Amino acid sequence: MTGPTVALAGVTKAYGRQRAIAGIDLTVMPGERVALVGHNGAGKSTLMKLILGLIRPSEGRVELLGADPAGRAAGAARMAVGFLPENIAFSPSITGAELLAFYARLKRQPVSRNAALLERVGIAEAATRRVGTYSKGMRQRLGLAQALIGRPRVLLLDEPTTGLDPALRQSFYEILDALAADGASVLLASHALAELESRVDRVVVLNRGAKVADGTLATLRRFSPVSARIRLTLADPTDAAPPAIPGSVLAWTRIGGPVWETSCPDADKLALVRRLLAAPLELADIDVITPTLDEIYAGFLRHEAAV
Amino acid sequence: MRQICIIAIREFNDGLRNRRVIATTLLLAALALTLALLGSAPTGTVGVGVLSVTIVSLSSLTIFLVPLIALLIAHDAIAGELDRGTLLLLLSYPVARWQVLLGKFVGHLAILSFATLVGYGAAGLALAFTNPVSEAGAAAAFATMLATSVLLGAVFVALGYLVSTAVRDPRTAAGLAIGLWLFFVLLYDMALLGTLVADQGRLLSVGALNLLLLGNPTDIYRLLNLTGFSNTNLLSGMAGLAGQMRLDRITLFAALAVWVVLPLALSGAIFRRRQI
Repeated sequence: MTGPTVALAGVTKAYGRQRAIAGIDLTVMPGERVALVGHNGAGKSTLMKLILGLIRPSEGRVELLGADPAGRAAGAARMAVGFLPENIAFSPSITGAELLAFYARLKRQPVSRNAALLERVGIAEAATRRVGTYSKGMRQRLGLAQALIGRPRVLLLDEPTTGLDPALRQSFYEILDALAADGASVLLASHALAELESRVDRVVVLNRGAKVADGTLATLRRFSPVSARIRLTLADPTDAAPPAIPGSVLAWTRIGGPVWETSCPDADKLALVRRLLAAPLELADIDVITPTLDEIYAGFLRHEAAV
Repeated sequence: MRQICIIAIREFNDGLRNRRVIATTLLLAALALTLALLGSAPTGTVGVGVLSVTIVSLSSLTIFLVPLIALLIAHDAIAGELDRGTLLLLLSYPVARWQVLLGKFVGHLAILSFATLVGYGAAGLALAFTNPVSEAGAAAAFATMLATSVLLGAVFVALGYLVSTAVRDPRTAAGLAIGLWLFFVLLYDMALLGTLVADQGRLLSVGALNLLLLGNPTDIYRLLNLTGFSNTNLLSGMAGLAGQMRLDRITLFAALAVWVVLPLALSGAIFRRRQI
């Protein structure tokens, strides 16, 4: 398939007067890994439910693998979809293997492949234990295993790495990479931006149901309203005056002792550093602090609030 | 069909796993055996058969107990899964909502049928062994009682689903289910009886009474079991009413079937529109 696997056009979802999703356009291509980023209640889970057809949009159109996910032809599309809900819950008296067998049957997949799936997510040795005895991380991995049943073309993962330790997160993202390389679209909701760096192809930032940014991490960084910060340490620790740069007015903040900080747009930071080095200042050290993803994200939200 | 079976089997297995099946079966068997073996004492050596007495007492027991068990199983079916978050995942699978509902219905009804047939069947067998003297038509009346008990269970499973799909909170569903039980098992008949006494046959015609009886599935059950067979008829004190009845057994069975289909269809319609 060459067209988009997930396509949303002008989708709005309103509950009464409250708009949970406001006019979102989004397309996800095969093999693409897209992160859906937003604070709690920004509409990430609602968007996933819309894509799954569990709720219908108030306005606009949703397409999943070329079909209306809430329509009659949705069954075929759902065969090729894997979903991991935010708070995965299973009935506690069933064993992991039984649970996976149930879901595999519903997807008309051979139960014999389940052992390999459990192996892949690393809980093969717990397959015959009751789910009630599983730790949070094991339940999360069982949840991932059920989402991987039957080589899905679209994966919707809602906060997939909560409860996983760093090593498991690593192996989790490796599984995602393999799936994307195999041509599956991966859409994952998260608010742990820092761990998404180099793990996704695109980031979509949601705020109060609206899309405020959509692009690669590099693009987001370039267009980010958050400035880079430049920190100077003056050679003379007794100097109480802010560093004076001829020909420019900069707002300096004293961090403590001889350490001063100023900010500038990301694009201008190189020019500013050149000027600082050329200025008649006795410098002990210079730091250029580029904004972290979390700061960029917070900046987009602040920017949005100010507009 | 396949999806319905998968869900039905899971529900039945869940029932086995959480010991719901065994508990219900044991409860019904214990009560039925007690009634069958001790309950025939009051008749002494009067000509009335033991099986008739047992059918009357078991029917009365069923009217209280089977709806309660059915509602207990059913009220949690949708609201509970929604609350625990398991429904969200299930519905993301290639399974339609009506298939989920019907699958659960089949599974829950299987649990209830198993408990009823085994529990009451044990009592029937015990009686057959201890009282070899057979009563004319008693075996058929006992079979009818088994069938209608399952049907009555199906009615209240369907009513339980209606409650479970109509509300969001499983605690509200539980409260409403208890309310339904009180209404159909106790209040409806008390109100009907009160009306009849107050009315003294002036306004309420026999036709109207027949319709009012059809308005309560437990009354239909009562009519089917307590008036059908002449011995039970006399024993249960339903003879007077039976003489007035203009409803034949086909109508009664059909009415009970409507009581299954209607709430089930309604709850399916609500579930289909439901925002998860």
